[in-house]
Amino acid sequence: MDTVILISQVIMGLALVLTFVRVVRGPSLPDRVVALELFSTTVVGMVGVYAIQSGVASFLDAAIVIALMGFLAAIGFARFLERGGPRDD
Amino acid sequence: MIEFIKGTLLITGALFVLLAAIGLLRLPDLLTRMHATTKAAALGVILIMLASAMHFAEVGIVARSFAIIVFILMTAPVAAHVIGRAGYFVGSRLWSGTVKDELRPNYDPLTHELKSGLETHENAKRHPRDTDPD
Repeated sequence: MDTVILISQVIMGLALVLTFVRVVRGPSLPDRVVALELFSTTVVGMVGVYAIQSGVASFLDAAIVIALMGFLAAIGFARFLERGGPRDD
Repeated sequence: MIEFIKGTLLITGALFVLLAAIGLLRLPDLLTRMHATTKAAALGVILIMLASAMHFAEVGIVARSFAIIVFILMTAPVAAHVIGRAGYFVGSRLWSGTVKDELRPNYDPLTHELKSGLETHENAKRHPRDTDPD
Protein backbone atom coordinates (compact mmCIF):
# COMPACT_ATOMS: atom_id res chain seq x y z
CA MET A 1 0.00 0.00 0.00
CA ASP A 2 2.89 2.39 0.73
CA THR A 3 4.31 1.76 -2.72
CA VAL A 4 0.95 2.47 -4.35
CA ILE A 5 0.63 5.75 -2.42
CA LEU A 6 4.16 6.75 -3.43
CA ILE A 7 3.47 5.95 -7.09
CA SER A 8 0.26 7.99 -7.12
CA GLN A 9 2.02 10.91 -5.42
CA VAL A 10 4.79 10.85 -8.04
CA ILE A 11 2.22 10.76 -10.86
CA MET A 12 0.33 13.71 -9.42
CA GLY A 13 3.55 15.64 -8.89
CA LEU A 14 4.34 15.10 -12.57
CA ALA A 15 0.85 16.40 -13.38
CA LEU A 16 1.58 19.53 -11.31
CA VAL A 17 4.82 20.10 -13.24
CA LEU A 18 3.03 19.78 -16.60
CA THR A 19 0.32 22.17 -15.43
CA PHE A 20 2.98 24.64 -14.33
CA VAL A 21 4.50 24.53 -17.82
CA ARG A 22 1.13 25.62 -19.19
CA VAL A 23 0.88 28.41 -16.59
CA VAL A 24 4.24 29.75 -17.72
CA ARG A 25 3.74 29.27 -21.45
CA GLY A 26 -0.02 29.89 -21.76
CA PRO A 27 -0.54 32.34 -24.59
CA SER A 28 -3.42 34.20 -23.01
CA LEU A 29 -4.87 34.89 -19.59
CA PRO A 30 -7.84 32.44 -19.88
CA ASP A 31 -5.39 29.59 -20.53
CA ARG A 32 -3.59 30.46 -17.32
CA VAL A 33 -6.87 30.59 -15.41
CA VAL A 34 -7.75 27.10 -16.66
CA ALA A 35 -4.31 25.87 -15.63
CA LEU A 36 -4.65 27.37 -12.16
CA GLU A 37 -8.01 25.67 -11.74
CA LEU A 38 -6.40 22.34 -12.65
CA PHE A 39 -3.74 23.18 -10.05
CA SER A 40 -6.34 23.44 -7.30
CA THR A 41 -8.05 20.23 -8.41
CA THR A 42 -4.73 18.37 -8.42
CA VAL A 43 -3.88 19.68 -4.96
CA VAL A 44 -7.25 18.43 -3.69
CA GLY A 45 -6.32 14.97 -4.96
CA MET A 46 -2.88 15.16 -3.37
CA VAL A 47 -4.38 16.16 -0.03
CA GLY A 48 -6.74 13.19 -0.27
CA VAL A 49 -3.80 10.85 -0.90
CA TYR A 50 -1.89 12.40 1.99
CA ALA A 51 -4.89 11.90 4.29
CA ILE A 52 -4.75 8.18 3.43
CA GLN A 53 -0.99 8.06 3.95
CA SER A 54 -0.96 9.79 7.32
CA GLY A 55 -4.23 8.36 8.60
CA VAL A 56 -5.46 11.78 9.70
CA ALA A 57 -8.95 12.32 8.33
CA SER A 58 -8.99 16.05 9.14
CA PHE A 59 -7.00 16.71 5.96
CA LEU A 60 -10.23 16.14 4.03
CA ASP A 61 -11.55 19.40 5.54
CA ALA A 62 -8.52 21.15 4.07
CA ALA A 63 -9.36 19.51 0.72
CA ILE A 64 -12.89 20.95 0.89
CA VAL A 65 -11.52 24.41 1.59
CA ILE A 66 -8.99 24.19 -1.26
CA ALA A 67 -11.71 23.13 -3.71
CA LEU A 68 -13.88 26.06 -2.57
CA MET A 69 -11.02 28.54 -2.97
CA GLY A 70 -10.22 27.26 -6.46
CA PHE A 71 -13.84 27.62 -7.55
CA LEU A 72 -14.12 31.15 -6.18
CA ALA A 73 -10.82 32.14 -7.80
CA ALA A 74 -12.05 30.86 -11.17
CA ILE A 75 -15.31 32.80 -10.84
CA GLY A 76 -13.44 35.96 -9.83
CA PHE A 77 -10.96 35.71 -12.70
CA ALA A 78 -13.77 35.13 -15.18
CA ARG A 79 -15.69 38.17 -13.95
CA PHE A 80 -12.52 40.24 -14.16
CA LEU A 81 -11.94 39.09 -17.73
CA GLU A 82 -15.52 39.75 -18.76
CA ARG A 83 -15.65 43.26 -17.30
CA GLY A 84 -12.53 43.98 -19.30
CA GLY A 85 -10.05 45.48 -16.89
CA PRO A 86 -6.55 46.46 -17.96
CA ARG A 87 -4.49 43.35 -18.52
CA ASP A 88 -1.15 42.36 -19.86
CA ASP A 89 -0.89 38.80 -21.12
CA MET B 1 -9.28 -7.41 -1.28
CA ILE B 2 -10.17 -3.94 -0.05
CA GLU B 3 -6.49 -3.00 -0.22
CA PHE B 4 -6.44 -4.02 -3.87
CA ILE B 5 -9.54 -1.95 -4.66
CA LYS B 6 -8.09 1.03 -2.81
CA GLY B 7 -4.78 0.81 -4.65
CA THR B 8 -6.53 0.50 -8.01
CA LEU B 9 -8.68 3.54 -7.27
CA LEU B 10 -5.65 5.59 -6.20
CA ILE B 11 -3.54 4.73 -9.23
CA THR B 12 -6.45 5.23 -11.64
CA GLY B 13 -7.33 8.60 -10.11
CA ALA B 14 -3.74 9.81 -10.25
CA LEU B 15 -3.48 8.67 -13.87
CA PHE B 16 -6.64 10.58 -14.78
CA VAL B 17 -5.22 13.72 -13.18
CA LEU B 18 -2.01 13.21 -15.17
CA LEU B 19 -4.11 12.74 -18.30
CA ALA B 20 -5.81 16.08 -17.63
CA ALA B 21 -2.41 17.77 -17.28
CA ILE B 22 -1.15 16.19 -20.51
CA GLY B 23 -4.30 17.34 -22.27
CA LEU B 24 -3.85 20.84 -20.92
CA LEU B 25 -0.33 20.88 -22.26
CA ARG B 26 -0.90 19.26 -25.64
CA LEU B 27 -4.26 20.47 -26.93
CA PRO B 28 -4.23 23.48 -29.26
CA ASP B 29 -7.05 25.69 -28.05
CA LEU B 30 -8.63 27.21 -24.93
CA LEU B 31 -11.89 25.31 -25.32
CA THR B 32 -10.25 21.96 -26.06
CA ARG B 33 -7.93 22.45 -23.09
CA MET B 34 -10.91 23.10 -20.85
CA HIS B 35 -12.59 20.00 -22.24
CA ALA B 36 -9.57 18.00 -21.08
CA THR B 37 -9.14 19.51 -17.63
CA THR B 38 -12.68 19.68 -16.31
CA LYS B 39 -13.79 16.13 -17.02
CA ALA B 40 -10.60 14.13 -16.51
CA ALA B 41 -9.46 15.97 -13.38
CA ALA B 42 -12.91 15.78 -11.79
CA LEU B 43 -13.03 12.01 -12.42
CA GLY B 44 -9.54 11.59 -10.97
CA VAL B 45 -10.36 13.44 -7.77
CA ILE B 46 -13.63 11.52 -7.45
CA LEU B 47 -11.74 8.19 -7.63
CA ILE B 48 -9.20 9.35 -5.03
CA MET B 49 -11.96 10.48 -2.68
CA LEU B 50 -13.68 7.10 -3.09
CA ALA B 51 -10.37 5.48 -2.08
CA SER B 52 -10.13 7.65 1.03
CA ALA B 53 -13.74 6.85 1.94
CA MET B 54 -12.92 3.13 1.69
CA HIS B 55 -9.73 3.60 3.69
CA PHE B 56 -11.28 5.29 6.72
CA ALA B 57 -14.70 3.58 6.59
CA GLU B 58 -16.36 5.72 9.26
CA VAL B 59 -19.68 7.45 8.81
CA GLY B 60 -18.50 11.03 9.25
CA ILE B 61 -15.47 10.66 7.02
CA VAL B 62 -17.37 8.85 4.28
CA ALA B 63 -19.92 11.68 4.39
CA ARG B 64 -17.10 14.20 4.11
CA SER B 65 -15.59 12.41 1.11
CA PHE B 66 -18.95 12.31 -0.62
CA ALA B 67 -19.40 16.01 0.17
CA ILE B 68 -16.16 16.69 -1.70
CA ILE B 69 -17.37 14.55 -4.62
CA VAL B 70 -20.73 16.37 -4.80
CA PHE B 71 -19.01 19.73 -4.50
CA ILE B 72 -16.63 18.99 -7.36
CA LEU B 73 -19.44 17.61 -9.52
CA MET B 74 -21.42 20.81 -8.93
CA THR B 75 -18.65 23.39 -9.29
CA ALA B 76 -16.57 22.00 -12.19
CA PRO B 77 -19.23 22.62 -14.91
CA VAL B 78 -20.07 26.07 -13.53
CA ALA B 79 -16.43 27.17 -13.46
CA ALA B 80 -15.83 25.73 -16.95
CA HIS B 81 -18.88 27.54 -18.32
CA VAL B 82 -17.85 30.86 -16.80
CA ILE B 83 -14.24 30.63 -17.97
CA GLY B 84 -15.24 29.51 -21.46
CA ARG B 85 -17.70 32.39 -21.78
CA ALA B 86 -15.12 34.90 -20.59
CA GLY B 87 -12.51 33.44 -22.94
CA TYR B 88 -14.88 33.71 -25.89
CA PHE B 89 -15.69 37.33 -24.99
CA VAL B 90 -12.04 38.24 -24.66
CA GLY B 91 -11.54 36.82 -28.12
CA SER B 92 -9.18 33.94 -27.57
CA ARG B 93 -8.23 32.38 -30.87
CA LEU B 94 -9.85 29.14 -31.90
CA TRP B 95 -7.90 26.22 -33.29
CA SER B 96 -7.09 26.54 -37.00
CA GLY B 97 -8.86 23.23 -37.65
CA THR B 98 -12.16 24.45 -36.20
CA VAL B 99 -14.93 23.47 -38.60
CA LYS B 100 -17.80 25.67 -37.45
CA ASP B 101 -18.35 28.51 -35.00
CA GLU B 102 -22.11 28.83 -34.59
CA LEU B 103 -21.89 31.65 -32.09
CA ARG B 104 -19.94 34.13 -34.21
CA PRO B 105 -22.72 35.42 -36.54
CA ASN B 106 -25.41 35.54 -33.84
CA TYR B 107 -23.50 37.23 -31.12
CA ASP B 108 -22.85 40.91 -30.52
CA PRO B 109 -19.44 41.31 -28.85
CA LEU B 110 -20.15 44.83 -27.59
CA THR B 111 -23.51 44.33 -25.85
CA HIS B 112 -22.95 40.61 -25.09
CA GLU B 113 -26.37 39.86 -26.58
CA LEU B 114 -27.24 36.65 -28.37
CA LYS B 115 -29.67 36.73 -31.29
CA SER B 116 -31.65 33.76 -32.52
CA GLY B 117 -31.95 35.01 -36.09
CA LEU B 118 -35.77 35.02 -35.86
CA GLU B 119 -36.23 38.65 -34.74
CA THR B 120 -38.36 39.78 -37.68
CA HIS B 121 -41.23 42.24 -37.58
CA GLU B 122 -43.72 39.47 -38.28
CA ASN B 123 -42.55 37.45 -35.34
CA ALA B 124 -42.65 40.51 -33.08
CA LYS B 125 -46.28 41.20 -34.04
CA ARG B 126 -47.42 37.62 -33.63
CA HIS B 127 -49.02 36.81 -30.31
CA PRO B 128 -47.89 33.50 -28.89
CA ARG B 129 -51.36 32.79 -27.54
CA ASP B 130 -52.81 32.50 -31.04
CA THR B 131 -50.58 29.57 -31.90
CA ASP B 132 -51.09 27.71 -28.66
CA PRO B 133 -53.22 24.62 -29.22
CA ASP B 134 -54.92 24.98 -25.83
